[in-house]
Amino acid sequence: MSSLAKAMPIKRNFFTPITLFLAFLVVHGLVFGFIRFVYGLGAVTNLNNQYPWGIWIGIDVAAGVALAAGGFTTAALVYIFNKEDFHDIARPALLTAMLGYTFVAIGVAFDLGRYYFIYHPLYMWNGNSVLFEVGICVMAYLTVLYIEFLPVVAQRFIGRVKLKGILAFLNKPVDAVLRFIDRIMDKALFFFIILGVVLSCLHQSSIGTLMMIAGTKIHPLWQSPIAPLMYLLSAFAVGFPMVIMESLISSRSFGLKPEMNVLSKLGRFVGPLLAVYLAFKLGDMAVRETYVYLNEFSLPTVMWLIEIVVGVVIPLRMFLYDKVLKSPFWLFIASILVIFGVLLNRFDNFVVAYTPLYSVKPYWPSYGEISVTVGVIALEILLYRLLVIIFPVISQPVKLPTSGMKIKLKGVVR
Amino acid sequence: MNQSRRNFFKTAGVIGASIAGAKPTMAAAESKNILSDDRMGVLVDTTRCIGCRRCEFACREAHDIDAGQMLDYDDRSVFDTLRRPEVDSLTVVNEFKNGEPAAEAINVKVQCMHCDHPACASACIVGAITKQQNGAVIWDTDKCIGCRYCMVACPFQIPAFEYQKAIQPRLMKCDFCFSRTSQGGIPACVEICPMEVLTYGKRYELVKLARKRIEQNPEKYVNHIYGETEVGGTSWLYLAGKDFKDLALPAHGSAPAPGASESLQHGIFKYFIPPISLFAILGGIMWLSKNKEETGE
Repeated sequence: MSSLAKAMPIKRNFFTPITLFLAFLVVHGLVFGFIRFVYGLGAVTNLNNQYPWGIWIGIDVAAGVALAAGGFTTAALVYIFNKEDFHDIARPALLTAMLGYTFVAIGVAFDLGRYYFIYHPLYMWNGNSVLFEVGICVMAYLTVLYIEFLPVVAQRFIGRVKLKGILAFLNKPVDAVLRFIDRIMDKALFFFIILGVVLSCLHQSSIGTLMMIAGTKIHPLWQSPIAPLMYLLSAFAVGFPMVIMESLISSRSFGLKPEMNVLSKLGRFVGPLLAVYLAFKLGDMAVRETYVYLNEFSLPTVMWLIEIVVGVVIPLRMFLYDKVLKSPFWLFIASILVIFGVLLNRFDNFVVAYTPLYSVKPYWPSYGEISVTVGVIALEILLYRLLVIIFPVISQPVKLPTSGMKIKLKGVVR
Repeated sequence: MNQSRRNFFKTAGVIGASIAGAKPTMAAAESKNILSDDRMGVLVDTTRCIGCRRCEFACREAHDIDAGQMLDYDDRSVFDTLRRPEVDSLTVVNEFKNGEPAAEAINVKVQCMHCDHPACASACIVGAITKQQNGAVIWDTDKCIGCRYCMVACPFQIPAFEYQKAIQPRLMKCDFCFSRTSQGGIPACVEICPMEVLTYGKRYELVKLARKRIEQNPEKYVNHIYGETEVGGTSWLYLAGKDFKDLALPAHGSAPAPGASESLQHGIFKYFIPPISLFAILGGIMWLSKNKEETGE
């Protein structure tokens, strides 16, 4: 079946009412970003010496990395376990991960007091630091993702390099370089795919180790010795829902038929993955006897319950329903719930669960902080749209000039 | 944990490694601290402190922070609220009520404890914070990238960050007057203290001195030297006539603060065996699944 669909640039207008609204959000966020870079972190954020980390770390970085997990889970499925059925979603998943990690790096730059020294960890090493490992792994993985994307760029421009004017003499060399990259990557891709999965496993789990050093400052519901394992398991579980959600949104936005045959099959993995995550989460609770906290009515307890019930238990049940797997609408809802659950988990662990020893007043993200986070996400969506318009990422039915027969065939064969 | 079992897990790939490392072993942190026997410390005898805050003045003077007039420090209204170290005050004195006569109030000076196994140094992404041979935990402005993970890690909530600065914001904390103490001098606060609250000396001698004071005046002190074992020991030690919890000094166990996260980290990366084995396993699966497909067709 997939032989009839081919990844091609989408022929649509970039501008729609929604993209204009997103562009507004980007500009709105940039205003606060500008203030932050000119007047310092204190001018925009509610961060202080009691609360050194806020949503720029909790959401933009911790949740951002988790939600970019679609890249490595799909790469493992398609290239390592060699499930060809899912080939069509490999490129969208790769693009999401690439953009996701790019914006993790941008999010970090907003938060770093000395953002212009962001490259320091490359040659100033501290092997004891969890953050160092996360930083190096994220930088390495981001590079791997760009390399994995090279074949897409090569495919788009081979034989179509048409620079004008004085640059025209470059046409041939550039084309040769692209062909060279294409040939090399054909042979070397497997190495980068595996490397990407290994790097992802390392830093996805290590982000769970980050808050361990905060000790008693983190609420016991989250301060678990197996937090790294649970972070890795939740990253496994959230990868495919991200791919499903974004595939459904882009087919709707571009007026394409949802790739339900692929997405339903993909959805079947989510139930078991969520179940394993839930088992560890509850097992950890039983072993450490943290259920005593469920007796009290407090913000952390309520947030934990929402995270588990709405973000894990309900979508887990949904993903085991055939009806949900076959319906674009319900599949979308179930995926959104998983994404919400993992996002909330990271937010809880980094922000809600953090209680300073000497708290003057509780932290709540400022309007500026929220605006920057929203702006960053909006920019990410816009870039995704732009890149699928330019590059062959999304698979579409191949239109043969002779007749529409074969396209119809695709609808028949299921 | 049993050593051979540990080794088994380490070779069993990354998931195995996270399980092995995740066991709450509180094994001593593997940080390569130079803990010299001659490292220095300060003993703070809170029973002697009168809350004159001369130490705050001297500290500012020593660190090029606008200190104002010394007389300003006689204002005792600042004791109405609990104060914490800030970017412009690396040490602060707080006052705690203790029964009716106001004179009985207890004054407690707060600053960086200069841990023997500092969580901030373990956490720092670029190794900008280091434990020095003389006991000081100091910060290197040339390395810092301003991530503030040290502040997340600190078990005493000491470091302060210059949030109002857009360029070269600094991490401000007591540096044990390193420029003086590394040259054989004594910290500014110790020098100015008129009540001999602060005693600067070799840490092990200070522990002896503190124990002697408790023995000689058991009714005056609680039998606890705060900092002797807390988070693996600190260079600054405290004596008090009241439970330390009531003096806003957090109750910590004797395990070094970075312990669990460091051993987990080292478990995952020991000789790079787990990542490399994971790479090999995934490569094997890839090869097998490709082969299977080719023979199947």
